Amino acid sequence: MNKRRSIIPGFGISMGITITILSIIVLIPLCSLVVFSAKLSFSEFVYTVTRPRVLSGYFVSISTAFVASLINVVMGLILAWILVRYDFKGKRFIDGIIELPFALPTAVAGISLTHLTTTNGWVGQIFYNLFGIRIAYTRIGITVALVFIGIPFVVRSVQPVLEKIDIQYEEAAFILGADAKTTFRKVIFPEILPAIISGFTLAFARSIGEYGSVVFIAGNTPYETEIAPLLIMSELQEYDYSAATSIALVMLGIAIVILSVNALAQSIVSKRVNGKA
Amino acid sequence: MKKKLLSLILIAALGASVVGCGSTSSASGIDSEEVPKSAGETIELTNVSYDPTRELYAAYNELFAKHYEEEFGQKVEITQSHGGSGKQALEVANGLEADVVTLALEGDVQVVADAGLIDDGFTSEFELDSSPYTSTIVFLVRSGNPKKIYDWNDLIREDVGVITPNPKTSGGAMWNYLSAWYYFEQQGQSEDEILDSIKKLYANVVVLDSGARGATTSFVENKQGDVLIAWENEAFLSLQEYPGEYEIVVPSVSILCQPTVAVVDEVAKKHGTADVAKEYLGYLYSDEAQEIEAQNFYRPSTKSIYDKYVFTADSNTITEIPADGKWINDNVNLTDINHFGGWAQARATHFADGANFDSIYEQ
Amino acid sequence: MNLRRENKVLKYVLITISFIFLGVFLLLPLIYIVITALKDGISGYINAVTDEYAIKAALLTIEATVFAVIVNTIFGIAAAWLITKYAFKGKKLLSTFIDLPVTVSPIIAGLIYVLTFGRQSSLYPILDSYGIQIIFAVPGIVLATIFVTFPFISRELIPVLTAQGTDEEEAAAIMGAGTATIFRKVTFPHIKWALLYGIVLCTARAMGEFGAVSVLSGHLRGKTNTLPLYIELLYQGYDFTGAFAASSILVVLAIVVLILRLVIEKRGQKELDLNK
Repeated sequence: MNKRRSIIPGFGISMGITITILSIIVLIPLCSLVVFSAKLSFSEFVYTVTRPRVLSGYFVSISTAFVASLINVVMGLILAWILVRYDFKGKRFIDGIIELPFALPTAVAGISLTHLTTTNGWVGQIFYNLFGIRIAYTRIGITVALVFIGIPFVVRSVQPVLEKIDIQYEEAAFILGADAKTTFRKVIFPEILPAIISGFTLAFARSIGEYGSVVFIAGNTPYETEIAPLLIMSELQEYDYSAATSIALVMLGIAIVILSVNALAQSIVSKRVNGKA
Repeated sequence: MKKKLLSLILIAALGASVVGCGSTSSASGIDSEEVPKSAGETIELTNVSYDPTRELYAAYNELFAKHYEEEFGQKVEITQSHGGSGKQALEVANGLEADVVTLALEGDVQVVADAGLIDDGFTSEFELDSSPYTSTIVFLVRSGNPKKIYDWNDLIREDVGVITPNPKTSGGAMWNYLSAWYYFEQQGQSEDEILDSIKKLYANVVVLDSGARGATTSFVENKQGDVLIAWENEAFLSLQEYPGEYEIVVPSVSILCQPTVAVVDEVAKKHGTADVAKEYLGYLYSDEAQEIEAQNFYRPSTKSIYDKYVFTADSNTITEIPADGKWINDNVNLTDINHFGGWAQARATHFADGANFDSIYEQ
Repeated sequence: MNLRRENKVLKYVLITISFIFLGVFLLLPLIYIVITALKDGISGYINAVTDEYAIKAALLTIEATVFAVIVNTIFGIAAAWLITKYAFKGKKLLSTFIDLPVTVSPIIAGLIYVLTFGRQSSLYPILDSYGIQIIFAVPGIVLATIFVTFPFISRELIPVLTAQGTDEEEAAAIMGAGTATIFRKVTFPHIKWALLYGIVLCTARAMGEFGAVSVLSGHLRGKTNTLPLYIELLYQGYDFTGAFAASSILVVLAIVVLILRLVIEKRGQKELDLNK
């Protein structure tokens, strides 16, 4: 357990820069969140963040974000796979537009997705006429918007790992008589699992907090399609800072929990993989 | 070679950031000059307003700039900000440097005053409770009125989809809610019965947008619901933008909405714009400005101009913008906020956390 | 020889699924934007994108983006270097805090700056006495933009630096090289492609930020309206053509940035191959 200093110089300056910028941009502002919600007593705080309307807000946000992120795991895996393993026309193009959801303002995405999925939109009318399913202004609509903003996360975390997997392992597995399914399950999957988990958690966390695209498509009906970030906004409009910051604090807590779960999962998985190797 | 280029870029970036930081702070320093502007210079004025007034102030600012230059020989440039009334009030209270606020209701201006930015008695600073123009709440229905919606009691029928914004986030929506309340009260319902009717009404709401403009878009562009409860000026604007597609239905009772204007004294003092700000709001009562307000479908407060735009209605449905420009239907029983005991009282009874509006959504 | 059994059916099924998925979720909204933008003809489109306020909004967006990229580049390099080259207590905590901004709701991101620098904050009188306006002014917009793109560059650099290890730097240090020299000669060549990629991502995301900026911009037309906010303004003013035309500026900027990325990647690949 001897933690000796690295001999590489520059610890001080890099630590200095990192901590300074981190404090100004992230830590100090986040502290004001705590300060403002501390204006409520503990029981008031608990009451504020557990009102039925607020609980249903968390539930709507978390459940739709979860479903959207699952969809993104499956599609992200497929996308990463075809981008790494196959050659086909339009590959560069696909590779190029994956980050589009990052670049397109969420409001623009929200507006155009809403227009497309209302009962008389291009896509919405197909679903409405054939199956009687409404997309915009329901939880399905929220999920659609969240799938959109979450696309890049899983693809971009799995893709580089998949690229690095040595084809020899797979060939060895194949020579040893494993079929494609077994090879994928036993050889490839364990390698990319940490990347999948981290892609999923990032997409999940980002989706829970998403506001810009969702407000347009959600319909915002209390108990049905009202998301947690919207509740923060409405508390603000009522000039109730402590309530708004309390809900924000809970959401921040959720984000930290998700990140920690990810960190934990990463270390467990990497231990298991390394232990086996 | 490439390496050099890259490191050059990095160094340049570093340098730019240092210089840039300096310039941003100095640039923001200019904004808060404390000396009154000298003659000849362009005066900058910031007007923070609510959502539906965009068209109105675009026209009025032009008129005012012309008037001010003729009268005082100085150019005025007005910067507009629009958004949900409550949100705008909060931002001004938080430090958004508005010289004047022109908000949807007195209660929102009060928030700015409570932050210590507006001197007491702002409602008597200008005539008529500091509301140079008023509006009311009407219904917008699809052409031909397929669902036969004529009055508030039609909105609680099970087959009707209603669009109205959330009163917790939208000033206009509070007026909507209060008008509905007044109607059921006029029907002789007890408080419990009224609550029950309001509950039915909001159960019919298909999309509860966060602002008046969002609600109009849901109804008009995205074709949601059968009826939009809207500001009169918004409804007429939709009629103008989409001729033949919509009709306005004027309900039997409604509410007199009094958008309130005020000089943000502290900010104006700091900017040295107190006089021009006062002139800006005062000129809203001039005949020229009242005309512009009427043309933008706000009810002017000057009687003679108001009368110019009134028509005697034989039905409560308006299918198109009248060719003669007479659009004000005077045949409505209008209540006002005093009926609800003023804004503080109305907020506490209806819109605060756990108050009436929350209770109708409790399961 | 490639021993992998190429399952043709599987291949085409997967590719088809991908095309449909991306087609519906990414391309359709884009096509919709373009078609709506051009609804009033080319001249209408040109009028909309050359509007005085549209240009001001675009310039502000570019300004905020440039600042965000610069700050995040400095931070990203310092943080990635710190995390990968040294062992110290609290490293896990530090990297969690660095990742945090991506997962924080943009609304909260805006809110925390309003709370920190707004009139009800205890910092406000001090700032005000120096005449410094942070929120509802350009600096606030820059801060919010930095926040939402905060970890983008460090996250790209950390894996690369981890893979590279510390041996080379240690060797250089033993030979007496200083920090600057080690960084420039040893570390930088390893990370430059990852760095450029991070910058591209950061740029793309910074341009499109809406939620956080909308909370603290004040929406002053021509002063603190970024392009995404300007689009919302037009949209709510029934000017759908204008809104989508302005959106198309962002779409084009985004595509330019993404193409740039592909070019960079290709260059990097070539260089890697040469080094081998």
